[in-house]
Amino acid sequence: MSEAALHLPAVPPSRAGAQRVRGESLVVRCLLIAVSLAFLALFLLLPLVSVFVEAGARGFAAYQAAITEPDAVAAIQLTLLVASIAVPFNIVVGIAAAWAIAKFEFRGKNFLVSLIDLPFSVSPVISGLVFVLLFGAQGYFGAWLKANDVQIIFALPGLVLATVFVTFPFVARELIPHMQALGSADEEAALTLGASGWRVFFAITLPNVKWSLFYGVLLCNARAMGEFGAVAVVSGKIRGLTNTMPLHVEILYNEYMGAAAFAVASLLAGLALVTLALKSLLEWRYGDAIAASRRH
Amino acid sequence: MTRSRLTRLVRAGLVLGAFSLCFGVVAGAKAQTELLNVSYDPTRELYREINAAFIADWNAKNAKKISTIRQSHGGSGSQARAVIDGLNADVVTLALAGDIDAVAQRSKKLPENWQTRLPNNASPYTSTIVFLVRKGNPKGVKDWADLVKPGLQVITPNPKTSGGARWNYLAAWAYAEKAFDKDEAKVRDYIGKLLANVPVLDTAARGATTTFTQRGIGDVFLAWENEAFLALKEFGADKFDIVVPSLSILAEPPVAVVDGNVDAKGTRAEAQAYLDFLYTPKGQAIIAKHYYRPRNREAAAPGDLERFPRLELVTIDAVFGGWAKAQAAHFGDGGTFDQLYKPAR
Repeated sequence: MSEAALHLPAVPPSRAGAQRVRGESLVVRCLLIAVSLAFLALFLLLPLVSVFVEAGARGFAAYQAAITEPDAVAAIQLTLLVASIAVPFNIVVGIAAAWAIAKFEFRGKNFLVSLIDLPFSVSPVISGLVFVLLFGAQGYFGAWLKANDVQIIFALPGLVLATVFVTFPFVARELIPHMQALGSADEEAALTLGASGWRVFFAITLPNVKWSLFYGVLLCNARAMGEFGAVAVVSGKIRGLTNTMPLHVEILYNEYMGAAAFAVASLLAGLALVTLALKSLLEWRYGDAIAASRRH
Repeated sequence: MTRSRLTRLVRAGLVLGAFSLCFGVVAGAKAQTELLNVSYDPTRELYREINAAFIADWNAKNAKKISTIRQSHGGSGSQARAVIDGLNADVVTLALAGDIDAVAQRSKKLPENWQTRLPNNASPYTSTIVFLVRKGNPKGVKDWADLVKPGLQVITPNPKTSGGARWNYLAAWAYAEKAFDKDEAKVRDYIGKLLANVPVLDTAARGATTTFTQRGIGDVFLAWENEAFLALKEFGADKFDIVVPSLSILAEPPVAVVDGNVDAKGTRAEAQAYLDFLYTPKGQAIIAKHYYRPRNREAAAPGDLERFPRLELVTIDAVFGGWAKAQAAHFGDGGTFDQLYKPAR
């Protein structure tokens, strides 16, 4: 760790200067910490706690009934199904994109990087609407799809498409800087020793970036399960069929079933907590490995 | 961790991904005799009960069974839009005829004369607009004239996006026309003052209900009669009172089979029977139970009927010359709503 600290890019201008800054700012620091803590408590902790409090407001039996009700079960299954398709897809494509960008030089590379970021900057509603424009009955491919009896919008494929679109950057964005930092010296060495392309990929590249990959997958999955806007546009809200968990939460709330809404919401919040815990665990348990792999 | 183990892990992940992809396709292709009813927001409980009763009824008489009737609910306008964009509805049961007109015109999946294919303007039930006030009616609101009192806060959603809000607006307009003997300047003055008393325009009826009931904003909430009853039921009759104005509008939420979809799916007989069921005594009794006014009063339970007060109800055809005209004159770009609504200073 000390070695890593030496390589910190932001070195203070002088020792005396650093001390002066630290000495002066004791009150300011306390104030800043207090402000951040208050902010976190007010905007993050309080809402999170209130979700669980509301969820349990009508007792355990009501909670259990809310999450085992057929429409809720269908929503949970659908959310898991959509994520289980979208996330592996984004892993494969994300790795491929990151690999191409980090290891090779080609024309239009910056353009590709910007494209990958596009879903971050586009409003999710637009992400949903573009698929309606493309595959809706009045859309560009609408007539052809109808003639061939393929349903994309308001069905599982539409939900998967919208989710893939929205969650696409997560894996690639985590991998690209890491892969770029690593360079391609290891791969070149393996190649000179006669390893095949796949072997290099599985034996060198992937193990080197496994922790950033895991990060990316965690974030990607959390967003895939939690996505609301894009999915709402292409869902059609057919209960028990195309209604995902976030949509189900809104429906329940609108139907005066607050406790049930928060019960389902608590599952989503639970997912967020598990994600957070896994992420922290990774950092704690494999922090050295992560730092080591980044120091290469 | 050894490299070969990681390799295996990654391969397992890829296989799992491929498997889930196949599973997804299979699950999507699973075929059953199902109907899809695309409806507006407040009808969920109504159709849940109708569906169970109809399925039992149909399956007792027919060899080709119906397994499920799926429900989709949302704002009436956005639901119509979804059907136009390809949501595979067998039947649409929306808040107003204008929305089904839009489906007919844009998707060409049902004829423009769809409203003549079923009795009573294709509306198996009616409803109206009433006032929901805080318990004891502290502001003493009795009729439409009271809504323009200075300082009173009226909650109604935005008629540009909400079907219910259009009924509210037209009900107020119809009252003003009668009260001021069709003196248009006075009518416009009344509507302008009424809109000035609206602190916030929600986009949909349910959002407005939440604003009034849960956020506690406003003195009077212009609500669907069924929504008002539902609010009493959900939040307790000790919190709100329903005030019935002297005159209101006869809201006719219509239903229609979407020909293009049922013919493609081969579900025409089922879809038609489903809508016909709404007009049967059994269907009408369920309708009355869920606070909608049945067409056939004899069919409803007497206790349910007592809840509907008698008041003068005007129709949109008589006062406004039908939905198409009302829509263009009042809610289109530059219509009376645009002219008279001045957002909060």
